[in-house]
Amino acid sequence: MNSPAQQKFDVLVIGGGPAGIAAAVGAAECGARVGLVDDSASLGGQIWRTGSATGSPQEASQWIERVRAARVKILCGLRVFDQPEAGILCAEGTEGISELQYDKLILATGARERFLPFPGWTLPNVMGAGGLQALVKSGLPIRGKRVMVAGTGPLLLAVAAHLKKHDAEILMICEQASWSSLAQFGFALSAQPGKILEALRLKKELASVPFVTSSWPIAAGGDQVLESVTISRKGRSETIVCDYLACGFHLVPNTELAALLGCRISEAVQVDKFQRTTVPGVLCAGEPTGIGGLELALIEGQIAGLAAGGREADARRLFPRRARGRKFASALEAAFHLRPELRSLAKPDTLVCRCEDVPYARLQTYTTWRAAKLQTRCGMGPCQGRVCGPATEFLFHWIPDSVRPPIFPTRVESLAAIAHCSEPQEHLVSGGQ
Amino acid sequence: MNSVACDVAIVGAGIVGAACAQECARRGLRTILVERETIGGGATAAGMGHIVVMDDSEAQFALTRYSQQLWQELRPELPEDIEYEPCGTIWVAADEEEMQEVHRKQNFYRQRGVPTEVLDANRLREMEPNLREGMKGGLLVKEDGVLYPPCAARFLTEHARRCGATLRVGCAARRIEQGHVFLEDGENIRAEFVVNAMGASAADLTPGVEIKKRKGHLVITDRYPGFVRHQLVELGYLKSAHSVNSDSAAFNAQPRRTGQILIGSSRQYGAEHKEVDHRMVVRMLQRAQEYMPALGKMSSLRTWTGFRAATSDNLPLIGPWPGDKSVWLATGHEGLGITTSLGTARILVDQMTGAKSQIPVEPYLPSRAGKEHVHA
Amino acid sequence: MPSTLGLKVNGVAIEVSPGTTVAVAAMLAGTPCRTSVSGMPRGPLCGMGVCFECRMTINGIKHCRSCQILCQPGMDVRTDE
Repeated sequence: MNSPAQQKFDVLVIGGGPAGIAAAVGAAECGARVGLVDDSASLGGQIWRTGSATGSPQEASQWIERVRAARVKILCGLRVFDQPEAGILCAEGTEGISELQYDKLILATGARERFLPFPGWTLPNVMGAGGLQALVKSGLPIRGKRVMVAGTGPLLLAVAAHLKKHDAEILMICEQASWSSLAQFGFALSAQPGKILEALRLKKELASVPFVTSSWPIAAGGDQVLESVTISRKGRSETIVCDYLACGFHLVPNTELAALLGCRISEAVQVDKFQRTTVPGVLCAGEPTGIGGLELALIEGQIAGLAAGGREADARRLFPRRARGRKFASALEAAFHLRPELRSLAKPDTLVCRCEDVPYARLQTYTTWRAAKLQTRCGMGPCQGRVCGPATEFLFHWIPDSVRPPIFPTRVESLAAIAHCSEPQEHLVSGGQ
Repeated sequence: MNSVACDVAIVGAGIVGAACAQECARRGLRTILVERETIGGGATAAGMGHIVVMDDSEAQFALTRYSQQLWQELRPELPEDIEYEPCGTIWVAADEEEMQEVHRKQNFYRQRGVPTEVLDANRLREMEPNLREGMKGGLLVKEDGVLYPPCAARFLTEHARRCGATLRVGCAARRIEQGHVFLEDGENIRAEFVVNAMGASAADLTPGVEIKKRKGHLVITDRYPGFVRHQLVELGYLKSAHSVNSDSAAFNAQPRRTGQILIGSSRQYGAEHKEVDHRMVVRMLQRAQEYMPALGKMSSLRTWTGFRAATSDNLPLIGPWPGDKSVWLATGHEGLGITTSLGTARILVDQMTGAKSQIPVEPYLPSRAGKEHVHA
Repeated sequence: MPSTLGLKVNGVAIEVSPGTTVAVAAMLAGTPCRTSVSGMPRGPLCGMGVCFECRMTINGIKHCRSCQILCQPGMDVRTDE
């Protein structure tokens, strides 16, 4: 059995998306020895994902260049799964585990899409909006394919535009938010010039694509694979033949690691003005502190990096920009608030837990996540509740269990290889399966 | 104050409380079962769900065997989600000394009518090809099985309800005494018999009950159907269960119907909080890999802990509590709660109703404490 | 850099461009990524390695998140296990 690789850092950053990159640069430019960890093979996270056909946007390349120039130790292909004792994180790679020691830790773990169940949502070729975009960037041919885009959030437009650029036929974009919600969001955008430009650009790129509001998927049809989507539009249903459905209901923050570490979380990780969490030495930046988009992630990352590196005065200079970004984030949340009709899409036999194939009817009798999990196996699969958790939270108002290690499926030999172990401190956590 | 009367009030809907509720209701006693959180959500949810006969002592054997037979009788009624599998146990012998133990156990069981088969190294390899090379053999106990405890507990409470029992879930008991169970919401349940089936927390409401928490850890893998076929237990398991003072880990692997492998087991003393203790997980998994090397590459999905309720003589407390005439105990089952739940319920209700039990009840009486301790 | 690389999906040889993930290769080969516990076909959902819908056996290792793994020449991919 290999013993774990040991590495020490002044500042350890988890998550190689924009917030993590900005944090790593911020801390390294203070002179700290910085490590930057990401599960993927390359930096960029989701929004700056490079593809086989596309390069990074210019902004991404510039930041990644800065990260390299700042001599940040980049550790791709490593997945954090546990904290055996304070100041150390265990991460698994293909060859073995690494124990990463740190003085300061910055969590930049990003966000994932929220999925809500509706009949047929488990058919192949029904994917998340970001999901389909990621697949296209990974080589999926989309030229000439008929794509329905549905759900909620600015991601729908960004994805539709990207796919259209690759010659997909975008049949329709169905946004569940109402026109008035979006109009209010539009006013909020007016305070952010950069965003207006982006919005105008998207509008131009999608000029020919039908964009409908107060509209949502009722069902996906097909036998072995998606063949059509039925949507609700102006109180009536409409069935549209298509090849792909790109459907996601905005984003939820990835807070599992923060929860494991004991950070206070109420929907998002709570941070002070220097992006410090309630756990000493642990900071958090970007989507886990509240879904707010790229620019806010970059600013929060920089603030966290500077704060961790001891340059609080420099961090303060970024506060006004962050404040503007936070206003945008609030507007975002208000505009794309999920409407209650979405709770009624699932039929009794619609699966809610996809790992364990647990249907809606079996779940609706339970009042807590834990009771449902123990009795139906919902949440006991490899996604560890990342898909069904946000769905059941919305559908049934369940609050998920507290988090236990491993926070990601991990090889048995990796759990067995942890060298740094001390007596556990009393903390959160519940026992039982 | 809200008040309701019944014959039996049971506090704790783990597998033992649930079994007691079912037995009481089945025999026509007006029964109320109180559970503060989730049915089968305590140690019942944490444990391995192994239905096993044990031979540490005659009393332990009697109760486990009686109970195992009750599970077998119940089997046709058990719904799918209980995942009852009569897969048998193989006690694995890694060396000659453990092989002697195999023969001793076989003898013990044969004399008492429990069907077993001694496996030599080749036969063991045939039955469990993923055990490492060099195992000496083992003992197959054919009538042992496994099930999924939270659903079993729920099933028993549903049966109790169909027989007329009332369930109060999400309701904590504040105090029990003199035929009363006082609930946190102000309600008062009056009962001729109050049963404390609270497992490791029994002493919270019945001060003086000598129950110690014995913490255990488990790890479950993703699905690898066919990798393990029987519940596998190393013969060092018993040596570690005897040890009173030191923390121990022993190889224990169970095939779940899903194809997931449940890996145990560990025992710790004096550990009070539910946090996963990495030292124990490391020890337990290193031991597991010694027995089944291929486990190392498998994906593990969850680890968790639970607290067994342990008594000083390793036998449960089933019967009237000397400190309060109305209070009865059904607790202290250590690692055998699932197995012995049905037998516990039978002999508890036998005592309550003055019926004759199929096995002697003296070894489990709470009044035995203070008598000479029988060391297993 | 070669223009395509070859791998096998359920025993059938296919060619893909470098930079293609195994999940996409399965889709190109016309097979669902996996069969769910109740026997239904499934394809990728999240595209970012958290949902596990794209899990398949790659070079004998089960439960690999194929959307996170780049195709390599000679890979043996099975979605039918």
